[in-house]
Amino acid sequence: MSEHIVSPKVYAVILTTLLVGTAVTVWAAYQNFGSLNIVIALGIATFKATLVVLYFMHVRYSPKRTQLVVVCAVVWLGIMLALTLTDYTTRPPNGRLSTPRAIQTFQA
Amino acid sequence: MSIMSNVFGEHKLPREHYLNATYGIRSWLLTTDHKRIALLYLASVTFFFFVGGLFAAMIRIHLLTPGGYLVSPETYNKLFTMHGVAMIFFFLIPSIPAVLGNFLVPIMIGAKDLAFPKINLLSWYIYLIGGGFVLYSFSTGGLDTGWTFYTPLSSVYSNSAVTPAVIGIFINGFSSILTGLNFVVTIHTMRAPGMTWFRLPLFVWAQYATSLIFILGTPVIAITLLLAGLERMFHLGFFNPALGGDPILFQHLFWFYSHPAVYIMILPAMGVVSEIIPTFSRKPIFGYAFIAGSSIAIAVIGFLVWAHHMFLTGESTYAALAFSLLSYLVAIPSAVKVFNWTSTLYKGSISYDTPMLYALGFIGLFLIGGLTGLFLACLGLDIHIHDTYFVVAHFHYIMVGGAVMGYVGGLHFWWPKITGRLYPEFLARTAAVVLFVGFNLTFFPQFILGYLGMPRRYHTYPEEFQALNVMSTAGASILALGYLLPMVYLIWSMRYGKIAGPNPWPATGLEWKTDSPPLTENFHVTPIVDWEPYDFSRRPDLGLIAGGSLAPAHGDD
Amino acid sequence: MHRTGELYGQFQTLEQQKDSAALGMWVFLVTEVLFFGGLFLTYTINRHAFSTAFGVSSNTLDLWLGGFNTVVLIMSSMTMAMSVWAAQVGKKKQVTVFLILTLLLGTTFLGVKVIEYTQKFQHHLVPAYHFDITYHSNHPLATDKPEEIANEKEELEKAVDRKNPANDQDLNAHAQLYFSLYFGMTGLHALHMIVGAGLLVWLIKESLRGRFTPQYNTPVEIVGLYWHFVDIVWIYLFPLLYLIDRHR
Repeated sequence: MSEHIVSPKVYAVILTTLLVGTAVTVWAAYQNFGSLNIVIALGIATFKATLVVLYFMHVRYSPKRTQLVVVCAVVWLGIMLALTLTDYTTRPPNGRLSTPRAIQTFQA
Repeated sequence: MSIMSNVFGEHKLPREHYLNATYGIRSWLLTTDHKRIALLYLASVTFFFFVGGLFAAMIRIHLLTPGGYLVSPETYNKLFTMHGVAMIFFFLIPSIPAVLGNFLVPIMIGAKDLAFPKINLLSWYIYLIGGGFVLYSFSTGGLDTGWTFYTPLSSVYSNSAVTPAVIGIFINGFSSILTGLNFVVTIHTMRAPGMTWFRLPLFVWAQYATSLIFILGTPVIAITLLLAGLERMFHLGFFNPALGGDPILFQHLFWFYSHPAVYIMILPAMGVVSEIIPTFSRKPIFGYAFIAGSSIAIAVIGFLVWAHHMFLTGESTYAALAFSLLSYLVAIPSAVKVFNWTSTLYKGSISYDTPMLYALGFIGLFLIGGLTGLFLACLGLDIHIHDTYFVVAHFHYIMVGGAVMGYVGGLHFWWPKITGRLYPEFLARTAAVVLFVGFNLTFFPQFILGYLGMPRRYHTYPEEFQALNVMSTAGASILALGYLLPMVYLIWSMRYGKIAGPNPWPATGLEWKTDSPPLTENFHVTPIVDWEPYDFSRRPDLGLIAGGSLAPAHGDD
Repeated sequence: MHRTGELYGQFQTLEQQKDSAALGMWVFLVTEVLFFGGLFLTYTINRHAFSTAFGVSSNTLDLWLGGFNTVVLIMSSMTMAMSVWAAQVGKKKQVTVFLILTLLLGTTFLGVKVIEYTQKFQHHLVPAYHFDITYHSNHPLATDKPEEIANEKEELEKAVDRKNPANDQDLNAHAQLYFSLYFGMTGLHALHMIVGAGLLVWLIKESLRGRFTPQYNTPVEIVGLYWHFVDIVWIYLFPLLYLIDRHR
């Protein structure tokens, strides 16, 4: 089986990109982008993770089966998160997750 | 090795096979032969079947009277909990995959063993360790939270031995994960030359789909129980409302695995049925690709429906709507299978051997269980029948009427291959009928009880429900007899059964081309596959003459 | 007892054996994704409900230590990938060198985690163990800068202030949820790193015997896959745990 050998130069580029990405993440955290903060943070993290998967883990050069396995893992995690959030995000607005104070006064 | 002699001729056991290849307890406890590991699992899951069955017996005896005089309410809670935990995690989930799957998958694909034989053995030991923790929990205070471990009862308030049980189930999860991993890799990389995906037996497709669920679902219950256990041990607050936690989150995490878990329990049994029906109809299975595809579809869609267990928890109505719709959707691939099995029977040359009796019983009982699932998936109706005996009857129809019958039928079907001997046919058919009658008498009244409003997990009930409860208990004793009989005659047959020969039925799978019992390496020469599955027409070696009498071999005729 | 590089009995060819090993590791990583995934789901639900408490708690974490650890792990992924490359091109000595570097970086990460965990104990930030989110600001260490302590106090007051729309009257309870997740997620991650370190020790031992060649380097590759996965988990943990509401 011809194995695609990734050159150290590519690795160096990826490493640099990852380090830059880390710095950008920290910088962005100190800016007030409102509700976009979390989007940016997760977006950069996903970008970094993708680079690690594609290049350090050789998925870019792997057979389709490996790529399918990676996609499935992400999709299933997505299913778990998305479908659970369909519950939490569509509940009536007055409902709170918990009211410990209320329980405490009730017990008093 | 002429199969022509299998009809009425004499067979001899092969000189060397996996059972006599090596001797001594170390050769069994340190084996890496998938066939021996399958038998190790057979012994252990049977043990846990007894444990779970014992609790079931106590429940049914207690429920003979509405007053509930056998055990205290607290003990009753422990009985149904321990029954569920033992049966689900230590019997049903491993049963077909770890016993029949382990034994057959390598042979069916033409391989010498699984991809990772040592990991296979590790799986068994992990199962034992997990089982040990759970037995410790059972014997030091028991478990009273329900097998569902809902918080905060399990993580805060219960006074029973929750922590060791949770540890045990957590550990046992890794046994499942490793088995699933082994199967997936094996089926991908170890198929014999010519064994393409669409020549695989449907039992292998079923194991593959089951293994996908093992891999994707089990880790989630592992982390969930870990969190619940940590909460209990260190007084954390993930799921405890008094500390700001969320019990519904526990349920989401729990059911994300536990619903697909029920497909872990039924898919392998469906795979068994898909092997038995064509064999005893002497016909290729109808719609092979659809049955294969429906196994994958059930595994995938099964992950999208979990919150139908939570319709009454206060979850969002919109989410409930989505989950209800998806739950209806998941019934479709199951229905496809039932249609295809029935179509296979049509114009087949049917013989009512014991495995066939179990397979036919499966189809009928699974149909009832599956259809009643649709009742439960209906939001409005579920408000009325949730947490009643209707649910109990529904899942027992599928898990006992379906999965266990598939397991027992599969054990009978492949018993000649595993042991080289035939069981006594008349006794076996009788036991199958006894089991079928006992099962229906036990659980059909429970549909009525549930619909009339009898709640589940209650140690007492209103007096007007007593007649049906007595019927159910009577049925349970007949059901118990139906299980005891095979245990006795199967063990008997290992020594005194008639020698089976390679292919007593005859059936078309690759496993029937090798010795009974097989060599340790399964095949003398790696087979090269150039035939389609269930193809009875181009197999003169089976000794089936078109239009002629198809008398199969019987044990004691 | 099989030695690395030989054909195991159940396989037909070395190709099949390598294929199986790689697929096996990938399938295992899928289970790990779902395993950690449950924790990420718990985190998501809790952060959504208690964003104020999560913000306050996150700000008590030492960003320098966390950032340093992130850089260390990313570099260790690089050295791990380089050890695979070295095996692929037949540079046996470099295989060992890069494996040792990876192990050193991984150990550094774990050492920093020990420092961080010790700090949490000192600041009473361990859930259900004399937890008090206000302890640190009320009992500053000699090494703490006064304006940082003042900032912390101000942040805590704002969080519980009834006039603040994002206020949280049960800050202590909800902060404990954050720290339960903090310890749970970083703890599980650290456990995986310890296992990874153990695997690296084994690899180093084997590489010193010259076992890894261009024809056979499967163990290095699949341990590499595991190591990169552990790195990816941290890539997500870092912003989610350390960088909440830093701009406040």
